[in-house]
Amino acid sequence: MFRRRRGQVILMAKMNMVEAINHCLSQEMERDKSIVVLGEDIGIDGGVFRVTEGLFAKFGKERVIDTPLSENGIIGTAIGMAAFGLRPVPEIQFQGFDYEGYHQVVQHMARLRNRTRGAITLPMVMRLPASGGIRALEHHGESAESVYLHIPGLKVVYPSSPYDAKGLLAASLTDEDPVIYFEPKRLYRAYREEVPEERYEIPLGKANVLREGNDLTVISWGAMTYICRDAIEEAQKQGISVEHVDLRTLSPCDWDAIHASVHKTGRAVVVHEAYKTLGFGAEIAARIMENDFLDLEAPVRRVTGWDIQIPYPKLEEYFYPDTKRILKALVETAKF
Amino acid sequence: MPISTVYEGKIDYMQVLDKDGNADSAIEPKLARELLERMYRLMVLARVWDRKSLALQRTGRMYTYPPLEGQEAVCVGATLAAGPQDWLFPTYREASMVYYMRGHPPYKSNLMWMGLEEGLRLDKKIRCFPYATPIATQLPHAVGGAYALRMKGEKAACLAFCGDGGTSEGDFHDALNFAGVWNAPCVFIVTNNQWAISVPRENQTKSETLAQKALAYGLKGIQVDGNDVLSVYKAVSEAAESARNGKGATVIEFVTCRMGPHTTADDPKKYRPEEQVAYWRERDPIKRFQAYLKAKGIWNDDFEKKVQDEATGTVEKIVSDAEAYKPDPKDMFRYMYAKMPKNLEEQMGECFGGEGAR
Repeated sequence: MFRRRRGQVILMAKMNMVEAINHCLSQEMERDKSIVVLGEDIGIDGGVFRVTEGLFAKFGKERVIDTPLSENGIIGTAIGMAAFGLRPVPEIQFQGFDYEGYHQVVQHMARLRNRTRGAITLPMVMRLPASGGIRALEHHGESAESVYLHIPGLKVVYPSSPYDAKGLLAASLTDEDPVIYFEPKRLYRAYREEVPEERYEIPLGKANVLREGNDLTVISWGAMTYICRDAIEEAQKQGISVEHVDLRTLSPCDWDAIHASVHKTGRAVVVHEAYKTLGFGAEIAARIMENDFLDLEAPVRRVTGWDIQIPYPKLEEYFYPDTKRILKALVETAKF
Repeated sequence: MPISTVYEGKIDYMQVLDKDGNADSAIEPKLARELLERMYRLMVLARVWDRKSLALQRTGRMYTYPPLEGQEAVCVGATLAAGPQDWLFPTYREASMVYYMRGHPPYKSNLMWMGLEEGLRLDKKIRCFPYATPIATQLPHAVGGAYALRMKGEKAACLAFCGDGGTSEGDFHDALNFAGVWNAPCVFIVTNNQWAISVPRENQTKSETLAQKALAYGLKGIQVDGNDVLSVYKAVSEAAESARNGKGATVIEFVTCRMGPHTTADDPKKYRPEEQVAYWRERDPIKRFQAYLKAKGIWNDDFEKKVQDEATGTVEKIVSDAEAYKPDPKDMFRYMYAKMPKNLEEQMGECFGGEGAR
């Protein structure tokens, strides 16, 4: 596929999210020789989700490292690599296993720049296949962005489409701070869309207004942006004009975009699959209260996972927000 | 002052049955015919059940499943060697069989792989800990458990499983270290099945054996043929006895091979040479034990048919019982706290009742 932009012919390819991330990693590793990827089964096997497929053959074992089975070892050594001039991209096989290396993230990855007053910086991107809805085992369906958002010093990126996945990863790989890059597994192979073959960046810290509307703002990220679409379509049919803001980056968060949208619509619904209590929706609702109180026509509503352990796969559908729950919140908020 | 050696270590290797099933009479455990038959029946059941589970997953009747094939001797031999007073901490790969052998309602093991926590409602009487999906995390629990059992005056050991990959996790090292310092009554059953998904054993650690990791923590270590059920039984029996008698923990490395994929989500053809599978096929734990039993006059064609039919019948019953089980989705809220907080009651109501909810 070709597309014209400013007189230039842009080569496009249909990619799903796995392909877009894989394509981006390959392109970035060609561009920047300091990028190394490391993790469990990411080499010969190409990763359990095939995100690193082909990188081992192309870049060799020095830059594509199959590590021993230790999340703490992966994250800790990646921090060392970053401090010494490499740009590591550690993969934790499932986000639910990152807790085994979490202390390295909190105590070192997030702190080294400040602790040394900028003498040591950690340009690195930790990839976390996260999010549920794929009927996988325990700890394979978590979306624990809050545990990173709570820690100052980390950037948190959470793409919601193949196009965004590539552009945000490319931007993360030129950023000078550690980036926690969430990958919504549910969207890995959900659909393909056109993604430019050439390199492009989507700036970190900028939200994306997917749809403009006047009555209500829906704020989401990751897989929930995709899951919201049917509910938003249905709300539109019922005469509710919805503005859909996809955050793309959760830290730093584009508060200006949120405030501007809520200023326009006066109503907001936040949708996330993480637990309700202290999910990022809580922070968003609080910020809207602090900044947009006089604009509000209705209380800010959250549609989230429940405050329970994510069930084993048989019952998982009861846990995640779905069209029905989201639509209910949209209609009730619009009518409030 | 000259340099002197302050420590030297060595690791023994034990094999009772050679690959053709011939026993070394010097170390052969003298086991009753009934126990030998039971060992065989259980290994056959393990394989029949495992293959059935794989088939169920392939046809959408189970979710992700981690096959056991090739490791039946470790799982069955170690669980049989455990005393009724001991506690077992399996990994996901042995869990179904270990729980079955300890008296867990058989269909419940299938529920684990049908995506239901109900599968892990383990009665304390069977003395089994739930398997964990993260790797090696159960090992420190076993050490803490062993400490508590001793403090309560129970003469019991904690037998905890992990794999070759598991020895790379910090939890493995914490567990061994604490077990050493506390002289905790533990047996660490390290099933070296050659692969941690796609990463071969030699890329997991530079140590020549996994057993030698014991020495650094002041524990006993031994390497054992993991496809020889008699060796497994003997090694675990002795280690558990030693632990119960206050003589400390042992790390036993069982050398075996995972014959199937890591889980049903994995394709080993991508990383594993076919020759390796053929090599281990020749060392199959069931075939080897069969040859031993034949030489003893226990195994014959009739016996085999009886054992196979029995295993097939047991598995059919397990599958139908499990598929007849109707979960109550509200259970996902009920077991979070001793008493459900009001906040959760409200969320449960929102989830299951009222307009717009399911």
